[in-house]
Amino acid sequence: MKLYELAHVLRSKNSGPFAVTLDILFDNQAAYERVKRSGAVTPAKIAALYGIPVESITDYALYDPGLGIKITYLRDIASGTARDRDVYGAQQHAPLMDIEIP
Amino acid sequence: MITTIISPCGILGYGFPLASLEAAMTQSPDAIVVDAGSTDAGPHKLGAGTAIVSRRAAKKDLSALMHSARSAGIPLLVGSSGGSGARKHTQWTLDIVREIAREMDWQPKLAVIWADIPDEAILQALEAGRIEKMSPNVPDLTPESLAQTNGVVAQMGVEPILQALDEKPDIILCGRAYDPAPFAAIGIARGHDPALCYHMGKILECGTLCAEPGTAKDVMLGRLDDTGFEVWAADPRRRCTPVSVAAHTFYEKDHPYLLKGPGILLDLSGCAFTQAAEGRVRVTGSRVSHPAYAIKLEGARRVAYRTFVLAGIRDPLLISRLEEVEAGVERSVREYYSDIPPESYEIRFVHYGLDGVMGEQEPDRSLPHEIGLMFEIIADTQEKADAICATTRSAYLHYGYPGRKSTAGNLAFPFAPSDISFGAVYAFSVYHLMYVDSPTAFFPVEWMEV
Repeated sequence: MKLYELAHVLRSKNSGPFAVTLDILFDNQAAYERVKRSGAVTPAKIAALYGIPVESITDYALYDPGLGIKITYLRDIASGTARDRDVYGAQQHAPLMDIEIP
Repeated sequence: MITTIISPCGILGYGFPLASLEAAMTQSPDAIVVDAGSTDAGPHKLGAGTAIVSRRAAKKDLSALMHSARSAGIPLLVGSSGGSGARKHTQWTLDIVREIAREMDWQPKLAVIWADIPDEAILQALEAGRIEKMSPNVPDLTPESLAQTNGVVAQMGVEPILQALDEKPDIILCGRAYDPAPFAAIGIARGHDPALCYHMGKILECGTLCAEPGTAKDVMLGRLDDTGFEVWAADPRRRCTPVSVAAHTFYEKDHPYLLKGPGILLDLSGCAFTQAAEGRVRVTGSRVSHPAYAIKLEGARRVAYRTFVLAGIRDPLLISRLEEVEAGVERSVREYYSDIPPESYEIRFVHYGLDGVMGEQEPDRSLPHEIGLMFEIIADTQEKADAICATTRSAYLHYGYPGRKSTAGNLAFPFAPSDISFGAVYAFSVYHLMYVDSPTAFFPVEWMEV
């Protein structure tokens, strides 16, 4: 199954002007646990998918009460300055959608 | 002790249904608090001294809130006035508040808390090693970069707001503030557990974004008591669930349950979220600790000027050799302008339909049948950007590449004229923590006449 079929929310957004944060949220415990246990969403896998060094990932956290996974990574280009492509960082989530969850 | 706070919307000027505000006002509120700020729209607002919302929208929202606050006899607090919360933005908000107060024939007790940090104080702290970057990719802060920065603001914590609340004001306009701080200050002033106050503030500052369906354009309520707090939307069609409220702290933050603010670290790992009633969630177990007090500095400077063109490309022969064509276009422009220092400008091509949104991070490299082309010239003067852009546009339009069949033109322009002279481009030159001895010294409270 693909991640977008299991997740309730899949989004990206700035966390301050120098970082983008990816949120994967679920509306049921079973889907959250399935993805959490799958090992398909890890800092190493996200770094490979986005073509960024794993050191650029500054936070990776699971929050059980919120049924969610968060990955935060540093931007190459800060929000809204020359050469930025996404001022709000709101469209950087798409590559997550097709992650295959066993 | 019970304290009820109304948050009308996520950003002042985003608007909210008046019916929601009226419904919220029946819940015996103790304060109306609205956040006006964000750095989400980039460094331009702070650097250029402009607002996020229109003056008309800010006045429309403030007018409804001032009428409600006055008739209920409760204070109205605005966080990060004018968006970026610098003197210019706060003054802009103050002018609107004064205009409305005069129209209402009201003399409110009105405080402004400024959040501008003098350069001398920053230089001293820099010298003393009391300034650090928020993350490694933030530019170095030097006396030179500070001199080029168009004013620095810092996010205030609750302490200066508590000082102003002591005097029982009708309205407080905060300059740049930590988003939850004006909300938290109301609860802390009334003796509630600060951890609960900050956590509730974090939820309320976004309007009803934590409800389903969520939006930043509707009215949210929060009620603190002795052991926890409850949140719900004024419009019962927007429902809070334990998961929707717990998940809200993911929003725009780097960590879902460890939240840093001025002088605080909020730890939500032990929280319990329960359904208190239909659409209403109760939260307990928020914890706060107090690391060394640091304020977050924000400053922006002008880095360049830009001129850009939007055009469509439909020819598959051209789409298949964009890289080669654009290298040729750039070469011809640079040859023509051999009198301009080559490092003083950049020609940049962005291809929507290919990798316009993600650039090098785009994993899908398949070719589309159509390209949305944006090209821009980033230069050290506007005149240069305009001139080089015009030459780039004509070079691209007529560029003859091998195998070309469409010899009349390569680009479909949606507009005439095609070149958009954009103006200045800004960058966050300051995004640093500054350790301070006093949480209030840099945030003076000033009482204003209408």
